[in-house]
Amino acid sequence: MSLTRRDFVKLCTGTVAGFGISQMFNPEIVHALKKFVPNCFWLQGQGCTGCSVSILNSVHPSIAEVLLEAINLDFHPTIMGCEGEQAFSYMFDQAKEQAGKYVLIIEGAVPVAEDGHFCVLGEIEHKDYTMLETTIKMAKDAALVVNVGTCSAYGGIPAAKGNLTESKSVGQVLAENGVKTPVVNIPGCPPHPDWMVGTLVVAINAIEQHGLEKGLAEVVKLLDDEGRPVPFYGKNIHDNCPYLDQFDQDNYADVFTDKSKCRYELGCKGPLSNSDCFKRKWNGGVNWCVENSVCLGCVEPGFPDEMSPFYEPC
Amino acid sequence: MSQASDATKGKLKIAIDPVTRIEGHLKAEVLVEGGKVVDAWLSGGMYRGFENILVGRDPRDAAQLTQRLCGVCPTAHSTASCRALDDAFEVKVTTNGRVTRNLIFGANYLQSHILHFYHLAALDFVRGPSKAPFVPRFPHPDLRLDEKTNAAAVDQYVKALEIRRICHEMVAMFGGKMPHISGQVAGGTTEIPTEEKLKEYASRFKVVQKFVSEVYVPTVYLIGSVYKDLFDVGRGYKNCMAYGVFPLDDEESEFLLKSGVYIDGKDEKFDSDLIREYVKYSWFDESCTDLHPSKGKTIPQVHKDGAYSFVKSSRYNKKPVEVGPLARMWVQNPDLSPMGRKQLKELFGIEATKFRDLGDMAFSIMGRHIARAEEAYIVANAIGDIWLKEVKPGEETYVKTNIPVSAEGLGLTEAPRGSLLHYINIKNSVTANYQLMPATLWNTNPRDDMGQRGPVEQALIGCPVPDESNPVNVSRIIRSFDP
Repeated sequence: MSLTRRDFVKLCTGTVAGFGISQMFNPEIVHALKKFVPNCFWLQGQGCTGCSVSILNSVHPSIAEVLLEAINLDFHPTIMGCEGEQAFSYMFDQAKEQAGKYVLIIEGAVPVAEDGHFCVLGEIEHKDYTMLETTIKMAKDAALVVNVGTCSAYGGIPAAKGNLTESKSVGQVLAENGVKTPVVNIPGCPPHPDWMVGTLVVAINAIEQHGLEKGLAEVVKLLDDEGRPVPFYGKNIHDNCPYLDQFDQDNYADVFTDKSKCRYELGCKGPLSNSDCFKRKWNGGVNWCVENSVCLGCVEPGFPDEMSPFYEPC
Repeated sequence: MSQASDATKGKLKIAIDPVTRIEGHLKAEVLVEGGKVVDAWLSGGMYRGFENILVGRDPRDAAQLTQRLCGVCPTAHSTASCRALDDAFEVKVTTNGRVTRNLIFGANYLQSHILHFYHLAALDFVRGPSKAPFVPRFPHPDLRLDEKTNAAAVDQYVKALEIRRICHEMVAMFGGKMPHISGQVAGGTTEIPTEEKLKEYASRFKVVQKFVSEVYVPTVYLIGSVYKDLFDVGRGYKNCMAYGVFPLDDEESEFLLKSGVYIDGKDEKFDSDLIREYVKYSWFDESCTDLHPSKGKTIPQVHKDGAYSFVKSSRYNKKPVEVGPLARMWVQNPDLSPMGRKQLKELFGIEATKFRDLGDMAFSIMGRHIARAEEAYIVANAIGDIWLKEVKPGEETYVKTNIPVSAEGLGLTEAPRGSLLHYINIKNSVTANYQLMPATLWNTNPRDDMGQRGPVEQALIGCPVPDESNPVNVSRIIRSFDP
């Protein structure tokens, strides 16, 4: 992967260094990227493809570098050249060959009502494979399961109050079915591309440096109680908000377009949310939700029910 | 792809599941006889139930929650939802609010069209790098570009990744972030454009506009000239519908891309009262059938006999209609781009000035790709020539709103992939009923109660499948709709 040290530091600046784990990203480890290229499979359950679209926005490294140099993405419904049974069997065949070594990336929640039939992913020899069955089958032999987005990490909107499909997070489904593969959650609706690419790179580095088992143990050590990597999710948005002094002085904006005051009264869920949006910002750093409007708390397990109504104070 | 011999001799049923490089879960089954598709069934394989999740919530939440229906076109759902809420709350958006909404949505149109052509559809015509996820492919995928053109197209694929990312930066400039914007709410937009941000938007826009007019548009025609036979494939009903998008005046009576209906060869005025949804062949309870969205119900029934899709059959005046760029361009009948006219003459020997001069060629795989490129050209011009000139730095974009105790609202817009309707009914100041009719459902629906195929199903009839183990044209047709 042609990810230079400078690129990589850019990717992690302001998060990793600040959390005292900068040793994770020393040049020797970055160099190791050139050797280890994991096979990855990307499943989409009940989601909106927003996490896939978000990872396309990766700047350092670019998504083309990630796809062509960092990983072998053997299955991804939105971008793969292949289709139909050929694509689906290829996934299972490759997974069998790579058993115990591959990374399973999951976007979207897993509906379990009606035996999983609210989400069918494909068929082989006239047998339908549901998201439920495929998730369990693919996760069993994975080295690591990476949940991208709040739906796969915590259930998200498909699991919100009123849902009829009994949607669940991937972690819950795996636990209920006795699958013990390590799980990393990268929540957000969608997650920032840096959070996804950064976590993958950290995992690849750790495995390269320490071998599969010890490397994965290093990755798991980075996670908080909600399974999120602390480097990206370790700080509270409100505590680090540029409007914090306005909050402290009880200066609250009354309309969205008043950019001089704190957004708390407009419904900002920054106090409930933990991620580095305040520093990293979005889409090449041009903006972020709090500067623009309010934080919805989309990185938290309680999204959306505990954050709703979105435009009332928390 | 699975194959099964039909009981009738000489017929073969082919299933493609999953149909890849689309947004969502779709299965296609076609019956092939004598090298052609004679029947088709499309099955939407996922149900999430947003309608049920929205009930009982603060109506304003709908604009945020419904964006999460689609990560490719969240701004479209945000627009439709905010229009429904504006309607229910009885607010009139300010001029600057309207223009800023167009700047946000216009940038996402460009992102969506570029993403669709290069990253979802192009591999139907271009050989990608010989590495996953670009391989494996069907053994004979009918890729015809010469080596030099193919290499240039692969370079464009990579360049287009960057261009679509820049489009997202434009959206985020006033929309907060992408995917899923925070910047559009009932009553307008949340950020008054500053001189500085407008400059940043405009500088990015120049790069995108150049790519659209100098790379995207000519490339679509060039690839089309290598696949000329695909202008005869995928006709469908030739019925078109558009709600209108990008309001040009504060009364929202004139649109950059106008509303209208074209059915059985006749142009008609669009009337939202004529919309219905049918569920005879959909996994929904029978009580959900033949309803206008204002009476709409969403009760799933997974094991319903005879049904084969989670998509309801949307109909206009009981007719299946195609929606999307082709439908919009046909309804609008705009002038073709200078590049389009030039290439039609040079590569195809066709003298054409208006879109409808393409005639039946427009209703085809390549016709749909051309419609999308020509539309990207129009939207890009509107951003540069109209909205960036009309927007006023520092002028209010938001009107404060109050949630009524009871009200209803209809929000119509055009997502990049086609007509999008949101309907809200508010009781006791919370959402009592919310109905959604996205573009995907208009195009990829199953048969209706009258037995008529959905628009994509119909477009598949006659599709050439000379080699059953390489049914490339089936998914080319499906993908041309951006389902």
